[in-house]
Amino acid sequence: MSWLFLPLLFVFVASAYVGARRLARLRGDRARAEGMPPHSRPSQHGLYALIWTVVPALLVLILANTFSGEVEHRLLTAGAPDSVSQLEPFRREAFFADARRVGAGQPAAQIWPAPLAGQLPPEGRRAASIHLTLSVGGMVVALLASMLGGLFVFSQIRPGMRARNRVEGWVIGLLFACSAVAVLTTIGIIASLLFDSVRFFASVPVMDFLFGTKWSPQTAIRADQIGSTGAFGALPLFAGTFLIMAIAMLVAAPVGLFSAIYLSEYASPVMRAVIKPVLEVLAGVPTVVYGFFAALTVGPAFRAFFNGLGAHMVGGPLDGIGHYLMLVQNQMALVAGAVMGIMLIPFVSSLSDDIINAVPQSLRDGSYAMGATRSETVKRVLLPAALPGVAGAMLLAMSRAIGETMIVTMAAGLAAKLTINPLDTVTTVTVQIVTLLTGDQEFNSPKTLSAFGLGLTLFLVTLVLNIVAQRIVQTYRQQYD
Amino acid sequence: MTEPTPGITESAGTDLRVDRLRAGLKRRHARENRFRTYGLLAIAVSVGFLLLLLGRIIEQGHTAFYAHTVTVPVYMDPARIDRSYPAGTNFEQLVAEQALVRFGVEDDAAGTRATAMRDLFSSELKYRIAERLQRQPGLIGETLPIAAPMSDEADLYFKGEISRSTPALQRRLSDEQLDWLDRMDAEGAVSAHFNKALFTNGDSTEPELAGVAGAVVGSALMLLVTALIAIPLGVGAAVYLEEFSPRNRLADLIEVNINNLAAVPSIVYGLLGLSLFINWMHLPRSSPLVGGLVLALMALPTIIIATRSSLKAVPPSIREAALAMGASRTQTVFQHTLPLAMPGVMTGSIISMAHALGETAPLLLIGMVSFVPGIPTGIDQPTGALPSLIYIWENASERAFHERTAAAILVLLAFMIVMNAAAIVLRRRFERRW
Amino acid sequence: MKINLFRAADGTESGGGADTGADVRTAASRAMSVPQPRSNGDAPVGPTKIAARDVSVSYGDKQALFDVSLDIPDKTVTALIGPSGCGKSTFLRTMNRMNDTIPGCRVTGRIEIDGEDINAKSIDPVLLRARVGMVFQKPNPFPKTIYENVAYGPRIHGLTSTKAELDEVVQSSLKRAGLWEEVADRLHSPGTGLSGGQQQRLVIARAIAVNPEVILMDEPCSALDPIATAKIEELIDELRERYCIVIVTHSMAQAARVSQRTAFFHMGRLVETGSTEDIFTNPRERRTLDYITGRFG
Repeated sequence: MSWLFLPLLFVFVASAYVGARRLARLRGDRARAEGMPPHSRPSQHGLYALIWTVVPALLVLILANTFSGEVEHRLLTAGAPDSVSQLEPFRREAFFADARRVGAGQPAAQIWPAPLAGQLPPEGRRAASIHLTLSVGGMVVALLASMLGGLFVFSQIRPGMRARNRVEGWVIGLLFACSAVAVLTTIGIIASLLFDSVRFFASVPVMDFLFGTKWSPQTAIRADQIGSTGAFGALPLFAGTFLIMAIAMLVAAPVGLFSAIYLSEYASPVMRAVIKPVLEVLAGVPTVVYGFFAALTVGPAFRAFFNGLGAHMVGGPLDGIGHYLMLVQNQMALVAGAVMGIMLIPFVSSLSDDIINAVPQSLRDGSYAMGATRSETVKRVLLPAALPGVAGAMLLAMSRAIGETMIVTMAAGLAAKLTINPLDTVTTVTVQIVTLLTGDQEFNSPKTLSAFGLGLTLFLVTLVLNIVAQRIVQTYRQQYD
Repeated sequence: MTEPTPGITESAGTDLRVDRLRAGLKRRHARENRFRTYGLLAIAVSVGFLLLLLGRIIEQGHTAFYAHTVTVPVYMDPARIDRSYPAGTNFEQLVAEQALVRFGVEDDAAGTRATAMRDLFSSELKYRIAERLQRQPGLIGETLPIAAPMSDEADLYFKGEISRSTPALQRRLSDEQLDWLDRMDAEGAVSAHFNKALFTNGDSTEPELAGVAGAVVGSALMLLVTALIAIPLGVGAAVYLEEFSPRNRLADLIEVNINNLAAVPSIVYGLLGLSLFINWMHLPRSSPLVGGLVLALMALPTIIIATRSSLKAVPPSIREAALAMGASRTQTVFQHTLPLAMPGVMTGSIISMAHALGETAPLLLIGMVSFVPGIPTGIDQPTGALPSLIYIWENASERAFHERTAAAILVLLAFMIVMNAAAIVLRRRFERRW
Repeated sequence: MKINLFRAADGTESGGGADTGADVRTAASRAMSVPQPRSNGDAPVGPTKIAARDVSVSYGDKQALFDVSLDIPDKTVTALIGPSGCGKSTFLRTMNRMNDTIPGCRVTGRIEIDGEDINAKSIDPVLLRARVGMVFQKPNPFPKTIYENVAYGPRIHGLTSTKAELDEVVQSSLKRAGLWEEVADRLHSPGTGLSGGQQQRLVIARAIAVNPEVILMDEPCSALDPIATAKIEELIDELRERYCIVIVTHSMAQAARVSQRTAFFHMGRLVETGSTEDIFTNPRERRTLDYITGRFG
């Protein structure tokens, strides 16, 4: 049936466009003959008709699609036989998924035990019929809405009607809706994070989460499972995130800043034209590639280095340290931090470059005219003048480091440890979010929901950093405009 | 006339001052040179890292582009093959036992040697034999050579990754297996050729059969969805914000909002996608549809920002001229301003898409972390994408996946380079300097 | 001695050269008011401090100065006048080698300060700029305190060794720049918080603090109001006793008020040079007369 829908809609819309244009031309010619030229061109009336036939249908379709999934789900659950309703949620969802497949004529993905297997065909048929009713119903309503819209327009076509203004009003409205999506995205992010976090904090108090020092997220899948208690103290995660971020900034800040200084104050135009694209390339490399590099090159290299160093130390005065060094792993925080620092270098460099260039030339001239060397001008005039901007840039880089996922997922460890030792293996907030949500998922358990709690914390921290950073940079820029 | 004045370097009376000036000069110039060197060093470090990164990946990945095939003579033993159902024969065992016989090796009661021999061939071998038989059933009783890829470990041996110098217990192949491989090589049965499977096959649990085709198609479908959603929405929003929106506090707030969205960590978008698209809207997990939607939301702020700056760059005189001719604001924007801003818009969009291509974290959360064989056929089918494939392969335990992961990275980088180059070419050709 | 140019063209006149004859006076009689030089135009002019010979400057392909030769005396204010774009600022910047900071700029010719070629390889520009200070059109104090602004030069050049010495230098520079009274109680407040005129005096104090021999000024008053301008002009008159001052100005009235020697530039060439009085009352060149009577520029 669905294959009939689009052509029908197209026919409605096209005939509305053509018809409205015709009608408008007719009435317009008549009005012009009487000395009163129409306001809008016929094609604009046609466009108006097009809008009023497409938009209602589209609205209905969007609403239908958004909610039909949920409605279908509820109908299916409500009418299910007892043997199915008694299944625990995860299995029940799987059953319904298979029912839908069977109803669509595809084989089931799992093998079900006998009583349930017998339910599969009738449930499949029921699922299929529910789906069909909803789809057809949706399409019919959409076509009706489209027709009504068209009728409305036709009743409006007159020479005096300002079709062009109305069409333009719709266009502007459409553009406004596009920008509303950006706002809605923020609201969506906050809402989705809040919604699931609130459910999480219902089982785990906020204070325990923020300040607890034991992170061991296990929850029972079934009530009778042993080893079911979990600890959700996220402090080790925050510590690990902070440690890796600090190492990354230690690498990226000096290298990025000095690169920017050299490029903006010392480099010839030719050199600038060559090096800047190279830095852009470095910035464009996907983080998963950095993660691979960290896991398979940097990790083993650092470990070999430290193990070797430790081997040298064993038997000497630093024997204890030597033994420790021989045991360090590939996933030490130093590895992830160093690679993340490399990733951040072009980010810091390009931001700093913009900031330093924003300092007016008159300050440079004033300093050079006093007989200062270039480095003195940079150190004593430019950098102090650019300080707020550079600080803002560093904050943005820190925010980037905190939110980074792939490098740490591939190069850092999974064990939560509260430490400041860069040779230890630590885990971060982002790694845990990935681990929690890509393992076996039980819906609505504190384990899965804790990922949203972590996500909310991450979002809020980076939001604050970003807002502060942008404020600082904006104030700084205004100073020199 | 006064007496000739002393030169600037030795004026009488200012000698002391000049001396003082000169004394510090050497140190100041030394500091200047040191500072300059630090700057140059920083740039060298950055460029060096890039070269190191690329070099390492090319070094690790280039071996994946060729693979070894072995040609074995297979005797279609009528005693072992059921004529009515040839495909049911255990060809792997058949070939292994025949090879043992050819090499003159006795097997033990448990058949461990045959198993060891089987490990040298890919599972693809049995499919090829079955396929030949199906096409030409009359071959039963004949001996014919069949070519098939070697197993991943055998392939690694011929590439030099596994060597006899490692103690036998630490290797995946025993000394005996290595002897057999050497014999096959000596017979001329082993050949190296371009690893077509890498580019035509979908993912597989067996490294020698694994390819990126499924992931490439998945990524392409996803990017298509992203582009179709993000570019119109982004350009529309930017046009509204730049040309039509009144300049009030609400507009400022929206601008701050968009700047913040551009800086939100990608994993938060993944959480949004999981929560909204999968849990609430019940869209199919791991599909290009959901992936494309999430990436579209991520790309939206950057496209808006890029479009806005392109629109800002169009001089106001153009707008004023159009308005003075009697064009409405909408007509001015769509017939004058936007077309002139198009090169910048397109460049920004292409670069956004290139970034979206490389995003991995949100894809992991919407389910693209599981093994998906085959090549996707629609946007609602579960698929993989290139970045998530790289992640999965990196985690795989088989050694042979290391080189393939690097090769997949090279494929991804190649796509990104092409897209970025296209953006740059576009910018050069169409950019106007006002 | 005031000269009145608004008199009938009857061939009689007193003072000034009669070279250009009738047509000069006819033109002059049609002129609007001509700036009157100050009565100290006969104060003694010092020995030659800066000597420029055949100086040409080009930026890339575009040549901005053509073979300029000029002597600038010490303890005097020399004004460089001319319409905009005529090269006077470019010439000014050759004297402290600030053109070195502009990529693609080439300077040929010889510029001597106290007999020594400043473009020679052995001359360190850093040292040169400690001897030749510059004040720019728009006041550009550093975003530091008033004290730090003035102390900048002595600090980087290592001219003082104790804090007391530095305080002394800051105080005397501010005094000589006529700013001390106004800022003595707020030395540690930001320099950018001062008014435009005060900022320009701060910048002059900053330039003086390294005890230069020459001070170059590039339209120092064009961004200031008349009262601040008057103060700066007074200051320049005082400074002239210690330093060689070269000032670029587009205001002929200012040049007439403030300088003893004037050089007129037009389209990258030096057209005429002489005492300010001569230039403004009896110029030799037609173009000079046209300029000072306001026919162009």
